[in-house]
Amino acid sequence: MTENKGKVVSINGNLLSVRFDGDVSMNEICYINVDGTRLKSEVIRIRGDIAQIQVYEMTGGIKCGDDVEFTGDMLSAQLGPGLLGQVYDGLQNPLPVLAKQAGWFLERGVYADGLNAEKKWEFSPTAKPGDILRAGEYIGTVPEGPFTHKIFVPFYLLGNYTLKSIAEKGEYTVNETVAVLTDDRGREIPVSMSFKWPVKRAVKCYSERLAPTETMETKVRLIDSFFPVAKGGTYCTPGPFGAGKTVLQHTTSKYADVDIVIIAACGERAGEVVETITEFPELTDPKTGRSLMERTIIICNTSSMPVASREASVYTSVTLAEYYRQMGLNVLLLADSTSRWAQALREMSGRLEEIPGEEAFPAYLESYIAAFYERAGCVRLPDGSKGSVTIGGTVSPAGGNFEEPVTQATLKVVGAFHGLSRERSDARKYPAIDPLISWSKYKTVTASEKSAFCKSVLHHGVEIGSMMKVVGEEGTSLSDYIIYLKSEMLDAVYLQQNSFDLVDANCGKARQQYVTDKLVYVLGSEYSLDSKDDARGFFNRMRQKFIDWNYTEFESDAFQKAEAEIDAMYAEGQGSISRQAELLLKGGE
Amino acid sequence: MNKVFNKIESITGNVITVRAEGVRYNELAQINTRFGKSLAEVNKIDGNLVSLQVFAGGQGISTGDEVRFLGHEMRVSFSEDLLGRIFNGSGEPRDKGPALTDNLKPIGGPSVNPTKRILANRMMRTNIPMIDMFNTLVVSQKLPIFSISGEPYNQLLARIALQAEADVIVLGGMGLKYDDFLYFKEELSNGGALSKTVMFIHTASDPTVECMMIPDMALAVAEQFALQDKDVLVLLTDMTNFADAMKEIAITQEQVPSNRGYPGDLYSQLASRYEKAVDFDDSGSVTVLAVTTMPGDDVTHPVPDNTGYITEGQYYLKGGRIEPFGSLSRLKQNVNGKTRKDHRALMDAMIRLYSSYKETLEKKNMGFAMTRWDEKLLKYGQLFESRLMDLSVNLSLEEALDLGWKILSDCFEKDETGIKSDLTDEFWPVK
Repeated sequence: MTENKGKVVSINGNLLSVRFDGDVSMNEICYINVDGTRLKSEVIRIRGDIAQIQVYEMTGGIKCGDDVEFTGDMLSAQLGPGLLGQVYDGLQNPLPVLAKQAGWFLERGVYADGLNAEKKWEFSPTAKPGDILRAGEYIGTVPEGPFTHKIFVPFYLLGNYTLKSIAEKGEYTVNETVAVLTDDRGREIPVSMSFKWPVKRAVKCYSERLAPTETMETKVRLIDSFFPVAKGGTYCTPGPFGAGKTVLQHTTSKYADVDIVIIAACGERAGEVVETITEFPELTDPKTGRSLMERTIIICNTSSMPVASREASVYTSVTLAEYYRQMGLNVLLLADSTSRWAQALREMSGRLEEIPGEEAFPAYLESYIAAFYERAGCVRLPDGSKGSVTIGGTVSPAGGNFEEPVTQATLKVVGAFHGLSRERSDARKYPAIDPLISWSKYKTVTASEKSAFCKSVLHHGVEIGSMMKVVGEEGTSLSDYIIYLKSEMLDAVYLQQNSFDLVDANCGKARQQYVTDKLVYVLGSEYSLDSKDDARGFFNRMRQKFIDWNYTEFESDAFQKAEAEIDAMYAEGQGSISRQAELLLKGGE
Repeated sequence: MNKVFNKIESITGNVITVRAEGVRYNELAQINTRFGKSLAEVNKIDGNLVSLQVFAGGQGISTGDEVRFLGHEMRVSFSEDLLGRIFNGSGEPRDKGPALTDNLKPIGGPSVNPTKRILANRMMRTNIPMIDMFNTLVVSQKLPIFSISGEPYNQLLARIALQAEADVIVLGGMGLKYDDFLYFKEELSNGGALSKTVMFIHTASDPTVECMMIPDMALAVAEQFALQDKDVLVLLTDMTNFADAMKEIAITQEQVPSNRGYPGDLYSQLASRYEKAVDFDDSGSVTVLAVTTMPGDDVTHPVPDNTGYITEGQYYLKGGRIEPFGSLSRLKQNVNGKTRKDHRALMDAMIRLYSSYKETLEKKNMGFAMTRWDEKLLKYGQLFESRLMDLSVNLSLEEALDLGWKILSDCFEKDETGIKSDLTDEFWPVK
């Protein structure tokens, strides 16, 4: 801790100028003393003996001449057992603890440790005295919920260290020393179960980065079968307001096939966080059978909370994600919404009177966004195991226009794009991902030829649909009209999914493959239909059968019964499968 | 204790700068001008140069006028005595009642700890089918009413004020036409709701800075009532005027504008107001309905656009009706699952069919031949518009649902609706 002090010389919103003596570093944390309350702030620009700082709190009541003390540390997250299940603000203060201290409101200047200092954890050593260790290798484990939490040599230690001593198996708090390391000069470094890491620096304690190849199931058909996401990949979900970004992320956070989910509610509504906090402890994680909350961390810096800590919240979240990745786990970080984070940057940039870029966003916007998404990835760890961080960010483009700077900067760096459209959400077609504009560079859960076949039916149908708007139904041939109906049916029974129905929302890989086969069969067949009214009636009924089928438990009796009804319907329409579809289905077996 | 300064360095628009020491950020000051006293608020400090926004505006301020710093931030008096009263943006009475000065509470306070909120799960009935059935209003929700000038948004607001189940109503008027102010006063007192209402009114002819104070005053009072176990409904009209007032001040102070002249923190500013909507875990609640007029009917205009991202849905008022497309109550899922089991499915199906009706209507207008299916849709659309969408329809939720089934059965066969079979089996009216 340095004894560096300064005094406030000007105040403009949450940007303060401070005259300091001694040395101050960029992004250093400092505290302003306002009548005994200490307000946390971060240095964001230094000019001569004036440091400009952004305050993570409301700045009312500050006056020129107020004391500022610099800490010498950058904004850091405390890493160790006990992170899972927590609800933090953007600066890693546990909100329930703040509520105990301050009551209803988030009073400024009230801070708390990220980890409970009293709770004892069952530590089992795995390293032996004399072992040579590096940062990111582990010395012991602690059970944390369903996971084995590894206790690491702190990530900030550079070079090789020798383990001098290690505690015996037993119960310790996160701050007690459990091991002593010696460096090459023989200096002793005590190690506890927790340590701090500056959130704006990526954790790089891995042997190599791997290409993201394994698909992460989200259980959303439209995503997994058409625009999939890989473990360790990145994707973005831009969409105008009301298009269902948050509901989609919420569903993903429940059903995604990963070990840990970190939800970063960045500048969004408090009500949505409350929903998660209320709902998750009640739900069970299908993978472990335990409460969903045990695999979840919520970082919430909602829209009315101070804007500077909103900026910090995405970094805090990704740091926690990287920490659990180091244990060989698959972590999914859902950031809602990255536009709010970009706006936080814009607000500060404006106060700093920087030369504005497009739509007044700062010129460094793109590089910041790229650096954030690049913290995702699949890595090989020092012990040979694999871990991944997948990042999914929503984007809230102004006016729903994807041409704006944040969407464009994001599209450059992500591996999948799920564009939500107003037309689809207005027509209550959820999830409102527009299949015509979305793309993904990852591998689908269904065979890619079958996905391609379904996509071609869809595209063809949409083309006919838009042509029909011009030439009318009577100007369309029956065969074209049937293709149009087929694509409408595909949309209704496969692309659309009811995220509020427990069965329909959770559509696993096996089911998607099974249903896709059935769809290829039905869509790839010719029927004996005499008129357009006939055709519409037939496909309406077929659609109905498929929708009923979607609501039945996979492989249950009801499932088989509903499937039999589809087959009967198919027979009634005197369906005969086309050669193309037949080959497709054979190839799949 | 109060420091007095009488050297005003500059006056630009509504913002003045004074050389002063020991002044706190956001502190309130009083200026004595030849036209009387006005409050002013500190919004920037650079060394000993202090900028203040003057509530009464810059007109007529002289460089020699006296500025007295009051040592506290903007506050509002809170007690039961507020009920039935009307105030302006400085907190002074607009009616003939006495000024209130006891139990002063700061305005624009910190946000509620999310862990002290509870899930919004109580429906707020309004007996307007387009709200109750299709986009249910939920206690603690924040919803804007998007409309263009000329739409009957204040009438809708007044009707909601009279019909909604709330203990206290706080009305915040910003840039209100004087006629509209009178209309609200009369409507609420005729409907017998004035005694549970507090009004903070800024009319179009009042100073701009006072306009910016209205939401904070209204919401601070609402929050205090909520902490006394009351369910409070806050009605704000019109938030676009509020945003324009902010723009005016920001430009005066030479801030870099971000989009169409609005300051870069427009989103955060609007959010900190809307987020005051809350359901406390063992106390009352605040629900916010705010009119946002869209200049040129453009929803991508920065004010409605930013609002849409903050609020939990929106009501579109168009042609005197709440439009089903685009109108959305995000929280309806929390309540409409337990009203009646056919509620959700019926709602979705009716909207989907109405959307098909719109497409057919377009086809018809282009002169295409109508198929049998098109005819059905046309019949359906007309019934839907006249019997459910009209704003004058006053039906309870259950009556509206029954009417919905009847309209469907008048126009379609069961399997044409796309509703799950077990629901149509139960609710399809028998003829």
